[in-house]
Amino acid sequence: MSTSVAFEKAKAENRAALVGYLPAGFPTVDGSIEALTTMVEAGCDIIEIGLPYSDPVMDGPTIQDAVQQALDGGVRVDDVFRVVEAVAATGVPTLVMTSWNPIERRGVDRFAQQLLDAGGAGLITPDITPDFAPEWIEAADARDLDKVFLVAPSSTDERIAMTTAECRGFVYATAVMGVTGARAKTSDLAAPLVARTKQLSPSGTDLPVGVGLGVSNGAQAAEMAAYADGVIVGSAFVRTLLDNRADEQAALKALASLTEDLAAGVRAR
Amino acid sequence: MTTHIHETTSYDADEFGWFGGEAEGFGGRFMPEALMKALIELDDAWQKAKADPAFVAEFDAILRDYANLPSPLYHATRLSEQLGLRVLLKREDLNHTGAHKIRNVLGQALLTKRMGKTRVIAETGAGQHGVASATAAAYFGLDCTVYMGKVDTDRQALNVARMRLLGAEVVPVPSGSGTLKDAINEALRDWVATVDHTAYLFGTAAGPHPFPTLVRDIVRGIGDEARAQSIEQFGGLPNAVVAAVGGGSNAIGLFTAFLDDEDVEIHGFEAGGDGFETGRHAATIQANDPGVLHGARTYVLQDEDGQTIESHSISAGLDYPGVGPQHAWLAKSGRASYTSITDKEAMDAFALLSRSEGIIPAIESAHAIAGAIKIAPQIKERHGEGATILINLSGRGDKDMGTAIDYFGLGDAK
Repeated sequence: MSTSVAFEKAKAENRAALVGYLPAGFPTVDGSIEALTTMVEAGCDIIEIGLPYSDPVMDGPTIQDAVQQALDGGVRVDDVFRVVEAVAATGVPTLVMTSWNPIERRGVDRFAQQLLDAGGAGLITPDITPDFAPEWIEAADARDLDKVFLVAPSSTDERIAMTTAECRGFVYATAVMGVTGARAKTSDLAAPLVARTKQLSPSGTDLPVGVGLGVSNGAQAAEMAAYADGVIVGSAFVRTLLDNRADEQAALKALASLTEDLAAGVRAR
Repeated sequence: MTTHIHETTSYDADEFGWFGGEAEGFGGRFMPEALMKALIELDDAWQKAKADPAFVAEFDAILRDYANLPSPLYHATRLSEQLGLRVLLKREDLNHTGAHKIRNVLGQALLTKRMGKTRVIAETGAGQHGVASATAAAYFGLDCTVYMGKVDTDRQALNVARMRLLGAEVVPVPSGSGTLKDAINEALRDWVATVDHTAYLFGTAAGPHPFPTLVRDIVRGIGDEARAQSIEQFGGLPNAVVAAVGGGSNAIGLFTAFLDDEDVEIHGFEAGGDGFETGRHAATIQANDPGVLHGARTYVLQDEDGQTIESHSISAGLDYPGVGPQHAWLAKSGRASYTSITDKEAMDAFALLSRSEGIIPAIESAHAIAGAIKIAPQIKERHGEGATILINLSGRGDKDMGTAIDYFGLGDAK
């Protein structure tokens, strides 16, 4: 199911969509399914499942920690598809967020088919841009999978136009110049980037813009919901699990209450 | 003028950074969108700089007056006698800071100045590129931060001290395997956040476009000099040129000037570690498994899920699970051949060169010496008794004495 369904629903309710991220296999494969399911039940509209990769460039220290734990636990690409299947079964659109090499290694077409078979909505690809992703674009187009590419405050107008023209589902606007990680203050680069992105998106497509990098609570989510179609949260969820690693029930409870806070935030625009 | 940075070959990348084309070739620019503007600007700035005679003249003057270049091409007579052919050594070990790497950082830092940026960052494995970067930053008055794996800062304390003395901030990187590849990841993360005023001095001819081309252009002076010296001092071109290949900057620096000399054989030697068949090596090209690492499609040591596999080599400078994309293309196109040298073969050559020429090479360069020893019989067979083999002696071995002491038991009281 495309993420556009969730964005349409949120729009009809005059709010932003809440997009939640966790890496597959963190703290374990089953543990990640349970955590992500909890996030869905507590109000995430869209789920991003991270594919743990040995050499991530865009991940900050919090997500690196979690990804390393998942890799140390022996998580495999096939496990990621298992997590996708379980989460997609809840009915929310479920994306995989991954560095490029695991896709290239498996074969782009085969990866796309397995993702589709697992019920996945598509991919977020933080370390590849449309001009270097013709194979993925072709494989996704053949299956109507979402292609979520990123735009950044440093992106030129020309590149934003090129990127949004290739996106399906939504476009991911990185709110800060930097890697992932919760930040005390939201970025003043985000609003102008969203405005620029909306203006430069192909006319008539109404491509939703999701904003991520740095959001950690409902108040920040509300700030971003004022101008964005989706608020993307990753490190704050990971941090919650890391902080409660000794007690699984407490971790899930904390995860649910963070999700509820954020879900209230995206409704308080 | 010693460098021909503006010249091209038949093996260059296209404007998107593809060596050998997008479909079959290597390279490209697999990077976060946040860095695209900076990479495109860097490419534009380099195209303009290398076409500007004033820039080229300034670079040449710095290389000559500060870095002690051109380095000599030396006829290693005793090694020649032992191998039964003429062995020429390109003495990059005599450069300021002791290796070819000074060329790369001076070129990139000069470009940084020209672009008006005030800070440089670099990754380093054993610390050689870090020391070179700190040196160039001191020379040009730039702020400098060097990322170095935690495992490496622990085992290379001397280089950490050098960098700090030169005024650089050294940041240990504990993530991943705590080695070079993780230092690159962390440097890229820094760059994503600081790209408006910071230049990334990439340590080898790898990474996203334009780095493989930019670094190659800057270090190609090694081969440009050697080619001219060979003609002037020895009356012609060598029959074969030989270099060690990790990321590949010293090798591409030597090879470039000879790529269109079809009669000159080109041989690269990767680090074979415990032996290719053991799986504990850094022989990326020999492993022949294409993937994307650190921004380029190239050969990568990886498992079936595409996770990077740790490389192994006695030489920290060759201990990298990827390789510059132009080498991948030169291998695939057949223009150059690449095989591997084990730790033992390299250390034997390290001792041999020390004793027969009075030159203690870097262990990286010892891989090239070992490679030359290995192919000498074939070279003689193909080109006759008067054959000449030209080896890039890319650096000096002072930094490797700790390893040599352990390996040969030189510190044992007997």
